[in-house]
Amino acid sequence: MIIAVASGKGGTGKTFVSAHLARIISGGATLLDCDVEEPNDHIFIPARTTSSKVVSVEVPEVDSSLCDGCGECSQVCEFNAIAMVAKTPMIFDELCHACGGCVLFCPRKAMHGKKHRIGEVEIGEWEGITLVQGQLDVGVALAVPLIREVKRQLPQGEDHISIVDCPPGTSCPMVWSVSDCDVVVLVTEPTPFGLHDLTLAVDTLREVDIPFGVVINKDGIGDDRVLDYCRQQEIPVLARIPHDRRIATAYARGQLVSDSLLEYRVVFHNLLQAASDLIAKGGSHGKKQG
Amino acid sequence: MKVAFTTSGATLEAPFDTRFGRAARFIIFDLDQNSFTVLDNDQNLNAAQGAGIQSAQHVAASGAECLVTGHLGPKAAKVLFAAGIKTYQCDANTVGEALALYRSKALKLMHDADVEGHWV
Amino acid sequence: MAKSKDKIREIVVLSGKGGTGKTSLTASFSALASSAVLADCDVDAADLHLVLPPTVLEKHEFISGYEATIDPSICTRCGICQRQCAFEAIDQPDGTGYAVNPVRCEGCGVCVRLCPVQAIAFTDRVCGQWMVSQTRNGPMVHAHLYAAAENSGKLVTLVRKEARRIAHAEGRSLVLVDGPPGIGCPVIASLTGADAMVLVTEPSLSGRHDMKRLITLARQFAIPVFVCVNKFDVDEQQSKAIELDCAGIEGVHYAGSIPYDEQVVKAQIAALSPVEFSQGKTSEAIKHIWELIWSRM
Repeated sequence: MIIAVASGKGGTGKTFVSAHLARIISGGATLLDCDVEEPNDHIFIPARTTSSKVVSVEVPEVDSSLCDGCGECSQVCEFNAIAMVAKTPMIFDELCHACGGCVLFCPRKAMHGKKHRIGEVEIGEWEGITLVQGQLDVGVALAVPLIREVKRQLPQGEDHISIVDCPPGTSCPMVWSVSDCDVVVLVTEPTPFGLHDLTLAVDTLREVDIPFGVVINKDGIGDDRVLDYCRQQEIPVLARIPHDRRIATAYARGQLVSDSLLEYRVVFHNLLQAASDLIAKGGSHGKKQG
Repeated sequence: MKVAFTTSGATLEAPFDTRFGRAARFIIFDLDQNSFTVLDNDQNLNAAQGAGIQSAQHVAASGAECLVTGHLGPKAAKVLFAAGIKTYQCDANTVGEALALYRSKALKLMHDADVEGHWV
Repeated sequence: MAKSKDKIREIVVLSGKGGTGKTSLTASFSALASSAVLADCDVDAADLHLVLPPTVLEKHEFISGYEATIDPSICTRCGICQRQCAFEAIDQPDGTGYAVNPVRCEGCGVCVRLCPVQAIAFTDRVCGQWMVSQTRNGPMVHAHLYAAAENSGKLVTLVRKEARRIAHAEGRSLVLVDGPPGIGCPVIASLTGADAMVLVTEPSLSGRHDMKRLITLARQFAIPVFVCVNKFDVDEQQSKAIELDCAGIEGVHYAGSIPYDEQVVKAQIAALSPVEFSQGKTSEAIKHIWELIWSRM
C-alpha cells in the first residue's frame, strides 16, 4: 500500500502527517521524502544513512573530431542550451532538460550523452522506518528525474506500507510524486488560504485520477468552509487534527508528538485506517465540478 | 571595426538599453564607414530560458568585434568571450551618447558577468 | 511617509517555507504604505486576492514553451515517439492509439521531428493567466499558473515588470511583492534588482534552516534583508537565537517580532489584513516593523 501525502501549498503540516504516519505503522514502514528542494522528514526521523547514490541526467558532449559545425544541435534544442560559437557548439548543462534531441539529430553522430549530477538519494534506517530522501543540488532546476529515482526505491509487496511525502504545490514534481500511489492524503488548514490551496490540489488530483481524502490540520483555528467544501464536493475527511500549541512547540523542536501524547497515536492510527478503507472501497474522487 | 549597442529603438537618438538578453535591437555601428545598421534581436519569444545566449549569438553573427551594453549575465558572457567580443559597460541615455563615450575610451571593459541570469 | 517620486522602491516579502504568514504581512504593509502597487508573485498558489478582494480590470494569457499533440487520424501507431520520449510522456490509452500526456510533456519537440508521417503538432503552451486589478489598497498584478504547468520564474518576472510599469505610470513610489516559496528559480526571479527583502520566518528548526539559505541568496545579490520573526512566542529561545543570527551578518537587519495571535486567522476569514482587522498587539508589532523598514529605504 502506497500513501501519498500532499498539499496545495507548503506549511500546512504535510511533513508532520507523513512522519507521524510512518512512526505509528507497526512492523515498520518506508518513508519517501520527495520534497527534494526542502527535504525535512529527516528532522523528525533521525535515520542513520546506510547507503547513498548520486543521481545524474544525460547531457550532451561534442566529439570535436566529428563535428563539422553545422549547428543542427543548436536548432533542435528548444531550451537554448546549445550556442554556436565560431562553428563549435557550446553546451550549457544547467539549461539542458536531457531530452536527447541533439544526440539523436546530429547528422554526423558527433554528440553523445555524459553524466551530469543533479543530486543525491540517501537511504537510512531508524526504529523500523526506512527513510529514503532525495536532495537536489542547489541551483539545479530538474527535480523530476530525482523524484523518479526516489520512487524507484519503493519496496514491492502488498503488505508493506509506504508513505510518500510530496513536494508542495500542483506542478510537475507533485504530479510525479503522487503517480502510482494508491491514495493521496491532502493536508489543509481550516482557513481561507487553506481552502483556496486545497481546491487547486483537488483540481490537479482529479486530472491524474487517484483517489484522495482530506486531513484538516489545526482544526478549530478558523472556520467551517473547508468542511463545507468537502461535504459539497463529496470528498472524505480522513482526520481532523486539533489546533494544539503542544504540537507547534514539539514540531518547532523536531519532536514527534505521538511519542509523548498517546491521544495523537490514536489520531494517526485512525487516519491510516481511513486511508486503507478508502483504497478498499475502490477510492473516491469526490464529485466532479459543474 | 564594428561595435554593437543595445537599444529599444533604431536611431542614434534612441534610448540605450542596459539589458542585454532582452534588448529589442542592436545598433551595429561601423567605425570605418561612420554608418550603422539595425539588427532585430529576434528571440524565440516562447523560450523560457536562454535569452542572453541567443542575443550573444546574434551579436557574434553580426560581425561586431565590440559590444556596449549595461549588464551581462553569466551565460551571455561565456558566449561573448568565447567569440572574442570585447564587452564594455555603459549607462548612457541614448545610443549616440554611448557611442561618444566609447570613442572617448571612457568605458570600462568587462571581464566577467556583473549580474545573475534569470531574466533580469 | 512620502518619499521622492522619481525612484520606485521594490520590496519583496519572502519566507522559504510556506505558512509563516508572508501574505498576511504583505497585505498589512499595503494598508500601512501610501501609494503601493501590489505584485503577487506566489504564482503557484496565489493567496493575496483572498485578503484584498480584486476588481479585475485586465486578463491575459501566459504562454511559455510548447506542447506536442498527436492527431489520431494521421498516426500510424509505429511507436517511435513513445520509444524516444525521455519524459515518459507518450501514453497508449486502452492499447489503441498514442496520446501525449500534457502533464509530463516538456515541449522538447523530439517526437515532432521524429514522426515519419507528421502526425504530431507543436503548439504554444498556455500555462496560466495574469491579471491587473484594483484593490482597496491600490492596484494589484496577480497570476494563476495552471495545474502542473512549469516555469513560474518567467511568470514572476512578468508580474513584477507589469507592477513596475503601473507604479511608473501612476506615480506610485512602492512595489510590494508577495514572493514565492522555496529558494529556487521563482525566488531568484522575484529578487533580482529589488531594493530590499523582508524575510518572514518562524522559530522552528525548518524556519531557521530556510532563513539561512535565503540570506545567502540575498547577499549574493547585495540586497538588504529585514528579518521578522512571526509567532515568536511559540519558542522564545529559538526566536532569540534568530535575532542573534542576524546581528552578525552584514546587510541583515532584525526588524522585529510578531506574537502568535488567533486574530490573524480571524482577519483572514474577514478578508482583511491583520492591521485592518483589529488594533491589538499584533497590529502594533506589524506597524513597528513597517516603520523601521520604510525609514531605511
